[in-house]
Amino acid sequence: MSGGYVAAIDQGTTSTRCLVFDHAGRMVSLAQHEHTQHFPRPGWAEHDAAEIWANTQRVLPEALALAELEVGDIAGVGIANQRETTLVWDRSTGRPVAPAITWQDTRCADIVAEMLRGPHVELFEQVTGLTPAGYFAAPRLRWLLDHVPGLQRRARTGQLAFGTVESWLIWNLTGGPDGGVHVTDVTNASRTLLMDARTLSWDQRLLDALDVPAELMPEIRPNVEVHGTCRVGLPGVQIGGAFGDQQAALFGQTCFAAGEAKCTYGTGAFLLMNTGEAPAPSARGLLSTVAYAIEGEAPRYATEGSIAVAGALVQWFRDALEMIGSAPEIETLARRVDDTGDCYVVPAFAGLFAPHWEPDARGVIVGLTSYVTRAHLARAVLEATAWQTAEVVEAMTADTGIAFTSLRVDGGMTTNHLAMQMVADVLAVPVERPLGSESVSVGAAYAAGLAVGYWPDLEVLRANWRRAATWEPAMSAASRRRGRAAWDRAVQRTRGWVVED
Amino acid sequence: MPGTIQSIERAAQALHLLGAVPEPLPLGELARLLDLPKTTVHGIVRTLCEVGFVVQDPATGHYSLGSGLADLGRAVDPHLLRARVSHWADGLAARTGLAVEVAMLRGPTAELVAHVFRPDGSPQRLRVGELVPAHATALGHVLLAWAPVASRVRELALTAYTPTTPSTHVALGRALQLARRQGWAALDGGLTLGTAGVAAPIHHQVGTAVGAIGVVGPSDQVLQPSGAPHPGLVEQLLAAAHATASTLRDRL
Ligand SMILES: Nc1ncnc2c1ncn2[C@@H]1O[C@H](COP(=O)(O)OP(=O)(O)OP(=O)(O)O)[C@@H](O)[C@H]1O
Ligand SMILES: [Mg+2]
Repeated sequence: MSGGYVAAIDQGTTSTRCLVFDHAGRMVSLAQHEHTQHFPRPGWAEHDAAEIWANTQRVLPEALALAELEVGDIAGVGIANQRETTLVWDRSTGRPVAPAITWQDTRCADIVAEMLRGPHVELFEQVTGLTPAGYFAAPRLRWLLDHVPGLQRRARTGQLAFGTVESWLIWNLTGGPDGGVHVTDVTNASRTLLMDARTLSWDQRLLDALDVPAELMPEIRPNVEVHGTCRVGLPGVQIGGAFGDQQAALFGQTCFAAGEAKCTYGTGAFLLMNTGEAPAPSARGLLSTVAYAIEGEAPRYATEGSIAVAGALVQWFRDALEMIGSAPEIETLARRVDDTGDCYVVPAFAGLFAPHWEPDARGVIVGLTSYVTRAHLARAVLEATAWQTAEVVEAMTADTGIAFTSLRVDGGMTTNHLAMQMVADVLAVPVERPLGSESVSVGAAYAAGLAVGYWPDLEVLRANWRRAATWEPAMSAASRRRGRAAWDRAVQRTRGWVVED
Repeated sequence: MPGTIQSIERAAQALHLLGAVPEPLPLGELARLLDLPKTTVHGIVRTLCEVGFVVQDPATGHYSLGSGLADLGRAVDPHLLRARVSHWADGLAARTGLAVEVAMLRGPTAELVAHVFRPDGSPQRLRVGELVPAHATALGHVLLAWAPVASRVRELALTAYTPTTPSTHVALGRALQLARRQGWAALDGGLTLGTAGVAAPIHHQVGTAVGAIGVVGPSDQVLQPSGAPHPGLVEQLLAAAHATASTLRDRL
């Protein structure tokens, strides 16, 4: 391969992007298409995997054309994807058997409740390092097997394939029904509830516990490794890596050493800290997960604070409440006032995620008085992201004994300076953003570039990191304490809202 | 009183009609209601589509009011501009090794709405929200040169921060004229000796700029000894400005 650039596909919750990077890790091109969000019932959230594949095929040539490049200029392509989103497709037709169930979907509550009551909870915890929850992929797969007619039977015949979105894209890029490679990577596999966190392979006992036929499962591979060669999209280009988006961002932010952490603010917000060469199960509601694996090296692990709703609350404020015309305009509205007027928004739209994990919680707005205007609400929407970050930082510090001295951030919401200032204020540490906030894509590109020899090693990548902005904390300790206590009371009010009829 | 211009009058009637009906209208219906030949009405709505005041449904071919009308008189939101400029400002900083600033006009001064650190790891402070004197910076020159209200320049207090600050109306006028002619502005030591900037307009509507994007840094890193910007700098700046402008229309 003689290419002078590497490409990344960032298949996110809201859109599919293709970015092209040069040797210094600088973005030279970006193409993006949004896909449809389907909410067929309260709590359900689906994507059409065929639409996602179609969008992927559109963004690839578009990104090349924007930078006036040809396929031969691309040394390798890496993939990052929305994690836990689950689909099953037919290997011979290449068609999904049902809509993909996304990570924001809460339909699996009953399956999970049953798992928690059943005899295998401890086995799941021991093997995966995770307590069963509706967030992970396996309960979604179980739901599909239960509800799509004939699926369980067909699954045993080997006609069908299960995958998260990176599996789907790699399979299609490498030929689909015509010789497509059926693989997943260790980070995505670590979010299924079916992988042994130490051996990085499927655990037959867990597959049996959920009655998942092994014939469905993709092969688990390291993140940095050539997975195959594209026959479609970027014909002839090697797929050099795949990553769950949040681990990709950790990699893109060059958090290669234990104790290094980043938080990505997109649809949700995800704080990950590298914990080194051993899994680090949490006592405080964080998730133990694989950070990355390089072919031929020991895997690295991470601890994760998952916040389901961050930018999505801004989107809700825009689309459902119609308070603003575009997401960035929330800052204009919020800056009309100096505080939230003592109101709080807790966006437990899909239950509370880290560190609480309460599926029965639902969102609340509390502290309403006639004083509160939409500008106060706008501010409370942004503050919700900051307080949720504070909660996971506290849990992480308590778990690991490592105090944060600063926080690296990325993602679309980092263009909101008021929000980032709030994060610095409530954490009482500086918050810094790297040049080029698309760390997810940077991480995917880095994986691909390492695998095909475009970059030699991690140290070269580390030297690419550049600071683009820093927000210094400027909140008094007293206001921080008061706000934090009020946030706790607000969270309290979300609990136990969902009850059985 | 001079006579009215018929085509404008008819365009206004078409807009009033489209605003009054509950759903998009086909061309024939519009022509009937306006009591005009179809070809005439077609010319009118096609022109209105072009300027964004009317939209045509691609499926049915029916016409309705476009969002361009609602946007009239609405300034571009500074935070929207920051979100849209972000990729390009970062790219510019990465490629030039210089700090990047984006400003909008606030009365007689330039307000920084975005700032990307010089990517050299040195300690720097985020300057977003700061006001800088328009006459003493390249960013300000661009904003003044493409300001919708040209008379603003007369109201400026032209403080001389350095010997090279354009501190007379004649000197400033000449600088703005040059900026308009070349499509960008450069200024060396306008505010601080030894610091230079080059800036370009982010166009929105014809002839005016919503903001300016520029690089700033030590004079020798920005300008050649001749005073001209380093080769390629202006092209990169104009490309970033253009790319930003073209994204200002979509929703996010
Ligand atoms: N200036 C802003 N202020 C507040 N929120 C913003 C701003 N700009 C973007 N957002 C929010 O950030 C999100 C988009 O960020 P980003 O593009 O990083 O997310 P994403 O990658 O689309 O997420 P996903 O990968 O899940 O699709 C949206 O939810 C949007 O509401
Ligand atoms: Mg994303």
